[in-house]
Amino acid sequence: MLRIRCPFCGDRDHAEFSYGGDASVERPPLDHDSREDWYRYVFVRANPKGRHREYWQHVHGCRSWLVVERDTGSHAILGVESAAGSLEPARDG
Amino acid sequence: MKYSAWQLFRQALGGHRGWTEAWRKAEPKAGYDVIIVGGGGHGLATAYYLARNHGITNVAVLERGWIGGGNVGRNTTIVRSNYMIGGNTPFYEWSMKLWEGLSHELNFNVMFSQRGQVILGHSADQMQAHLRRANTMRAHGIEAEILDRRAVQRELPYLDYSQRARFPIHGAIVQRRAGTARHDAVAWGYARAADRLGVDIIENCEVQDFAFEGGRITGVETSRGTIRADRVGLAVAGHSSQVAQRAGIELPIESHVLQAFVTEPIKPLVDHVVAFGAEHFYISQSDKGGLVFGGDLDGYNSYAQRGNLPIVERVAEIALALAPCFSRLRLLRHWGGVMDMTMDGSPIIDRTPVEGLYFNGGWCYGGFKATPASGWTFAHTIANEAPHALNACYALDRFRQGHQIDEAGTGPVPNHH
Repeated sequence: MLRIRCPFCGDRDHAEFSYGGDASVERPPLDHDSREDWYRYVFVRANPKGRHREYWQHVHGCRSWLVVERDTGSHAILGVESAAGSLEPARDG
Repeated sequence: MKYSAWQLFRQALGGHRGWTEAWRKAEPKAGYDVIIVGGGGHGLATAYYLARNHGITNVAVLERGWIGGGNVGRNTTIVRSNYMIGGNTPFYEWSMKLWEGLSHELNFNVMFSQRGQVILGHSADQMQAHLRRANTMRAHGIEAEILDRRAVQRELPYLDYSQRARFPIHGAIVQRRAGTARHDAVAWGYARAADRLGVDIIENCEVQDFAFEGGRITGVETSRGTIRADRVGLAVAGHSSQVAQRAGIELPIESHVLQAFVTEPIKPLVDHVVAFGAEHFYISQSDKGGLVFGGDLDGYNSYAQRGNLPIVERVAEIALALAPCFSRLRLLRHWGGVMDMTMDGSPIIDRTPVEGLYFNGGWCYGGFKATPASGWTFAHTIANEAPHALNACYALDRFRQGHQIDEAGTGPVPNHH
């Protein structure tokens, strides 16, 4: 079992969380018209063996989205923070 | 040495001391016409069909570990061709046809057992979906059968047909030609057959980098030195992203861990390959008697080749919802393998932006059944520098073009396929 230290709820089993994938991909602005950039955002992943920044949502807890840094080779969790700081507020398209 | 009843008889008289090694322990030469990176089922099959179908015998298969030690030996050995999306249906059916003659073709018993695959249906709506699948298959000349609840109960009496069943069984779709094969025998059989045609199989030889000249590939750097080749094919399964990155290629792939399980051996009980329709769960019984089964991915990126307990618990719960009679079986072992999950759940067999470099991967967790057709079409792609009609849809740039093959219909989320 992975243990994720939720900044709001403390140490919890990863079974309480839902995985949200690679947190390093950046969504282009909605009016961005480069097809290549949208392609890379939707499909291309670095898929590193080692440190990986990834989203997890504490669905069976406080429901916050978190950014977890985890080693994909050993499953060791290196850091957890709230995703709120890393996300820009949604803009009107 | 050709294997035959006569050979067995002859060797028996000599106390079985005369059997020769199944393939040579080849030393790497300075160069080859084609190098295949990865000595799993797909890489070995590719080398075999390069030699057999295209007359290209100056081929090396480079394997980091040993033959049969990768994902070809970690899967749940299921072979079927009941796919529904355009592109998949003919590809997997061609694979099935190759499976049907494979033991004779390779002169090696791969123990292909066409015991039938049963996918259960748990509602009237799901039976409609199964009927649609059956009709799609029939339109492609693939036999499919629909069973009602009573017929399922007659054939699979050990499932839960009581009032308490969480997901009542309404019926099933069956492909009688589907089944299982002995997975390591497939690797050994292809290795031996390729070796007999002159292919060098080089174990304990890790590819660490590629050599280029003017944007064209000229060879590979390995743990056993530089080996030249104008054409290099990658078939490295879970580590596709890692190896392709060395050649500067980014892939629409994430690596995820999938677990598989086997129980202690019991007398014959599960006669078919059975898939639960209400959850992701599949089970068959090995020739040794163990029940072999699996479920979903753990769900997060991983290269660790080990899974986690929540999936163990969940798969066990599903098994008991399907067949309460499994409840007292002890789990003998379980293990994890690394899957290269693509963004649409379908594989990639294609050229790459690097001239002379070819890519075969992204098999998610359906690669075993595809082994013969994957080798067949990848060999064609390398020999002709153009895809075969059967893998034309498995293009690397289909994601950019919007031509995804999303059999599960779950979108660009690798852990949902």
